[in-house]
Amino acid sequence: MTSRLAMHAALIMLAMVASARAQQQTLAISEIAPGVFMHQGRIALMSSDNDGAIANIGVVIGEQAVAVIDTGGSVREGRQLLASIRARTDKPIRYVINTHGHPDHMFGNAAFVADGTEFVGHIRLPQALAARGQYYLDAFRRSMGDALIDDVRIVPPTRLVDGELVLDLGGRTLIVKAWPTAHSDSDVTVFDTATKTLFAGDLVFLRHIPVLDGSIQAWLKLLDDLAALPAERVVPGHGPVSDWPQALAGERRYLETLAAGIRKDVIDGKPIAAATKHAAEAERGKWELFDDYNVRNATAAYSQFEWE
Amino acid sequence: MPEFAIRSVCAAILLSAFLSPHSVSAAGPEPYDPWPGLVQDIFDSRPMEDGSNLIALEMPTRAEDAAIVPVTLRLKPTFDARPRVVTITLVIDQNPAPMAAKFKLGADANVSEISTRVRINNYTNVHAVAETSDGKLHVVQTYVKASGGCSAPAAKNAEEAKSRLGQMRYREFAGAQNEEKSGTREAQVMIGHPNNSGLQMDQVSQLYIPALYVDRLQLWQDNSPVLSVEGGISISEDPNIRFTYVSNGAKTFRAEAKDTDGHQFRHEWKVNGSGM
Repeated sequence: MTSRLAMHAALIMLAMVASARAQQQTLAISEIAPGVFMHQGRIALMSSDNDGAIANIGVVIGEQAVAVIDTGGSVREGRQLLASIRARTDKPIRYVINTHGHPDHMFGNAAFVADGTEFVGHIRLPQALAARGQYYLDAFRRSMGDALIDDVRIVPPTRLVDGELVLDLGGRTLIVKAWPTAHSDSDVTVFDTATKTLFAGDLVFLRHIPVLDGSIQAWLKLLDDLAALPAERVVPGHGPVSDWPQALAGERRYLETLAAGIRKDVIDGKPIAAATKHAAEAERGKWELFDDYNVRNATAAYSQFEWE
Repeated sequence: MPEFAIRSVCAAILLSAFLSPHSVSAAGPEPYDPWPGLVQDIFDSRPMEDGSNLIALEMPTRAEDAAIVPVTLRLKPTFDARPRVVTITLVIDQNPAPMAAKFKLGADANVSEISTRVRINNYTNVHAVAETSDGKLHVVQTYVKASGGCSAPAAKNAEEAKSRLGQMRYREFAGAQNEEKSGTREAQVMIGHPNNSGLQMDQVSQLYIPALYVDRLQLWQDNSPVLSVEGGISISEDPNIRFTYVSNGAKTFRAEAKDTDGHQFRHEWKVNGSGM
């Protein structure tokens, strides 16, 4: 390659990269039903490479106001989300609803702190964030880097949900429902009544292996009530938008398989190391990030079944 | 047990429950090796022999959950009249409170295996030091990759944890051993307790949740000591000890535990004939 050609190639590359970066100022969101938008997170672990953008995010636009459902894994992602919303509407963001307290769903909260914006969450969420917020900030500093973590603020909800809460966006209502400890100890779902769209948070996983940070028995117990919600489509916490309630089938199978295997191992007296090593092996090919979470899930389940 | 100023230790908190251990590289040069200093502090610089003919230390190379890392100490069978093992001290070198547990084996109980679960705060060597009745020390070691175990928040499920607090459970396991060698039993004792490490932080108050942990557990068959454990913050939430011993025909199994706030927990169980 002559040096002139090389220089042209370099300039073109530079221009492409520059325009790509410019596009990154907004978060890609798509309209999945009238006035209902979502961003599908990458199926990956949070890192500085992906800005922590691994969870699904929702936006609902009513006649008067906007609701945001989860804010992403970094303030950078949160700001990009805000820019995407502003590109579509200048209605005020009245509510930011955190489906639960894990970093990939709430590290972006600081981007939305503003007069007139209320943070909404499970009645146990403030306590969960108080107990774990600092730990998450410290724990993710290595993989996310100082630049991304330094901006993060733990913003707890001030509007708390115990049972159900109806939010009005002007001619459009959202039903926020608090659930017993399952995926975590502070899970809520958000149901858009106009389009029958269910934002399930991490009560529902597709493609991404379900992550257990609550109670496996209780999670299994609530699946029937979850399936009974009159939704036509679900936005899971991770994975693609899907039909409801068919979307639950994979997760139900994984949790039942894991629970049955570990329960049997506990009854049989199999020690924890041996029991967790090969837990739910039949599920291996069916989920992404299996090796990152399965043994950890099995360890949590084992401790729970020991006390049953 | 030496006092370690837990709160003044700058614990490098690295991984949470949601980070894969695989994604972390042990970056940079090897950290300073604390073991020589620990030999001084914990063992008064006494000489140690290689203990691999006497004891095995089993832990995962890579721990999936740094707050619940299984560890098994297995005494190798002896074919001659060797001095018996009197105590086994488990040391997690890089933990803020490295002395994880000291097990005293009952003189007549013939304990041959002990398993428990520990917190690992950093990639670390783990040492097990067995003291025999002739006063000699025997050491084995292994290496575990995990981080953040000491500062990981307690209780995935705060309600369940509350309902367990202070409960003690005892369980015997059915096993081939029980038929082959008469009298050999495998059993387990667990205590519902947060075992707060003192390194878990409350975000609102920006204060550390005070350390509160089970520091002593004693087990008897009738009145004959089987095992006692001096524990620290490196023992996982809901301390769990699983062990193999030889029954003396006792009808009851008894446990007494105490935590650092002075709470005492006591329980007695009837021993089954065989297995569960």
